[in-house]
Amino acid sequence: MGHLVLPNSGHNRDPEANKMGMWLFLFTELLLFGGLFIVYFVYRSMNSDAFLHASYELDVIIGTINTVILITSSMTIAMSITALQKGNKKLAMYLLWATQAFALAFLVNKYFEWGIKIEHGIFPGLDHYNHMPSGEKLFFFLYYFMTGLHALHIIVGGIFIGVVMKKVQKGEVTGERISLLENSGLYWHLVDLIWIYLFPLFYLIH
Amino acid sequence: MATAISTEKNFFEIKKGIASWLFTLDHKRIGLMYFYAIISFFLVGVILGLLMRLELIAPGETIVKPTTYNQIFTLHGVIMIFLFIIPSIPAIFGNFFLPIMLGTDDVAFPRLNLLSWWLYVGGAVFALLTLVVGDGPADTGWTFYAPYSVQTGTNVTLSVLAAFILGFSSILTGLNFIVTIHRLRAPGMTFNKMPLFAWSLYATSWIQLLATPIIGITLLMIVAERVFGIGLFDPSIGGDPILYQHLFWIYSHPAVYIMALPAMGIISELIPSFAKRTIFGYKAIAYSSMAIAFVGYFVWGHHMFTSGMSGTARVIFSILTFIVAIPTAVKVFNWVATLYKGSIDVQTPLLYALAFIFQFLIGGLSGLVLAALAADIHVHDTYFVVGHFHYVMFGGTGFAMFGALHYWFPKIWGRMYNKRTANIGFALLTVGFNFLYFPMMILGLMGMPRRYYDYLPRFTDLNVISTVGSWILAIGLIIMLWNLIRAKKTGEKVGRNPWGSISMEWQTKSPPPLENFDKLPELNEGGPYHYKH
Ligand code: HEM
Ligand SMILES: [Cu+2]
Repeated sequence: MGHLVLPNSGHNRDPEANKMGMWLFLFTELLLFGGLFIVYFVYRSMNSDAFLHASYELDVIIGTINTVILITSSMTIAMSITALQKGNKKLAMYLLWATQAFALAFLVNKYFEWGIKIEHGIFPGLDHYNHMPSGEKLFFFLYYFMTGLHALHIIVGGIFIGVVMKKVQKGEVTGERISLLENSGLYWHLVDLIWIYLFPLFYLIH
Repeated sequence: MATAISTEKNFFEIKKGIASWLFTLDHKRIGLMYFYAIISFFLVGVILGLLMRLELIAPGETIVKPTTYNQIFTLHGVIMIFLFIIPSIPAIFGNFFLPIMLGTDDVAFPRLNLLSWWLYVGGAVFALLTLVVGDGPADTGWTFYAPYSVQTGTNVTLSVLAAFILGFSSILTGLNFIVTIHRLRAPGMTFNKMPLFAWSLYATSWIQLLATPIIGITLLMIVAERVFGIGLFDPSIGGDPILYQHLFWIYSHPAVYIMALPAMGIISELIPSFAKRTIFGYKAIAYSSMAIAFVGYFVWGHHMFTSGMSGTARVIFSILTFIVAIPTAVKVFNWVATLYKGSIDVQTPLLYALAFIFQFLIGGLSGLVLAALAADIHVHDTYFVVGHFHYVMFGGTGFAMFGALHYWFPKIWGRMYNKRTANIGFALLTVGFNFLYFPMMILGLMGMPRRYYDYLPRFTDLNVISTVGSWILAIGLIIMLWNLIRAKKTGEKVGRNPWGSISMEWQTKSPPPLENFDKLPELNEGGPYHYKH
């Protein structure tokens, strides 16, 4: 009865491959938002006054708070990787919980921010929105579309980190087998990075 | 950890039952599932194509109303592009043979591979749903140009979502292949000793990865515009339709190379296997794939010469398009040079390869006519374009895929088909093909526009020839498929290497065992195509 295991079998554990796969996936995410950035810039240059006017409606304070939250959460997840590498599982878990808490805080802020806008009738289909000049409509539409897509990524990232936490707990992800945690960290940094671009584009450029 | 699995049984025998297929992690079974699905969609697309040709056999209304005709060519285009030609060679033969040709036992991420397959199924379901709900399939053309795609009442949203999901499937396949090629090559197989099919898949995968997200987000914007009525692309509510065209072609031109590069990879396998001769200019072929992938990114504007871009932009796009033809021509010269003084064994797969070179050449050269700014102004949106892209996609990629099917058939199923019948099928396909599409080129030059169910009486003769050609082609297709289906059950059993090729997939059994090899694969001395006489 013959059998054979190849030295280069695809079923071997290969952290390097996992990381490469994640990086490639991040490229596609960047390009996904890249398409939206192109649209943003084209319409900004065509409607610069309207975009300027509309951007005053956004709350820079909430935006800044959310930026700080996300940057901090990137830090906590990076620290949790180091902690687990050093074998400190408990600390790693605490730091992951902190990351999750920041993610939640970000979403809560977003919820209120959107809520206030919608209350003022600024949403496609609502009264105030319908009476805006078309440039401002575009601004707000892109605002909802891009920050909405970003928020979706926060949720996905949160779930991803949640899965990894479960595995850390069960001892399936450890200091030696850390690539899943590292990948969730990479993903989280990407989500962070995209926000770093969204924030000035919508809130700051005047 | 890898565990040892019996190599006595082949990958069909080792497990049975429908679930063992639907949830398999075996790259070969996933490849075959793609095969059956993709061929089925191809046949649906062909039937739609035959219907269009029947409508066009005479001027005026023949069998369908104008709106129905618009829906038919859109569905034909969507199926042929997103469900057939883009996945075709990578998803079927890439999945099946890439790991074997690299001398390994699976792709890097088998579960992700299964997910790609299920996403493909999901996208297909969405595309089919457009048939049964609401006002029927979209009537916009496969390009979904705004503003019409925002205004029409047909199922644009569903079609666009189908394309979005299929794009996801394509991205994940590309990602999987790139990592597989980087991490799982057999010991000693450097990049420069890799089979050229693997090289072409490598270049293709990068395009899948880096271009597809753009169309994904663009199509989502179409959906958003339809749902919320925001003027993203519709000028009557403040949008810019030209922006849509840019975004669409930023993906869809590179996508042409997702269709063409794997086909070129197949030809680079077929020619040395049947000329029994070292491939001429291995590195030129390998690197020109990468060059095509790269330059192919910067030429999308040639689809928009009549859309109102600035003169400078048009000239630049025109020049860049000419440049992308160079690496393509390099390959053609290499293939022909490989044949020169080879000991050629004329078998069905080689015939398909030769037809590929001939037809791809016509497709490519007519592409240069379209790339030339001044000429394109005249033939844009005429049947010249329809002739051109069928020569590239069907006469090129489609024929390469049939060639691959005849080449690897004995490896996949362990049996040989009737070669005589296969050659008859080939002959009818080729003759039918050229009768079907060559008249279209002439019609285009005479000024017949595309995407109409009707035409002026003076175009009648050539249209009749074209339609008769479509029937010959259909007969050829039926003979080809019937011959293969019969061979699968009753064909003569073959050994490991019926063609006497030195490529690595022929070292294992036919059909291969679950983990691909029953003995350690050996690299060919002196490179993957080094034939010793
Ligand atoms: C028997 C085979 C086929 C026949 C008879 C056929 C026929 C046609 C015809 C007559 C049109 C032009 C419709 C018009 O402009 O009025 C068309 C369009 C098209 N075909 Fe085919 N075709 C066949 C196979 C294929 C294959 C294999 C592919 C791709 C791999 C393909 C891709 C397309 C595309 C993308 C369009 C453009 C649809 C649009 O305008 O939106 N076709 N086909
Ligand atoms: Cu193009």
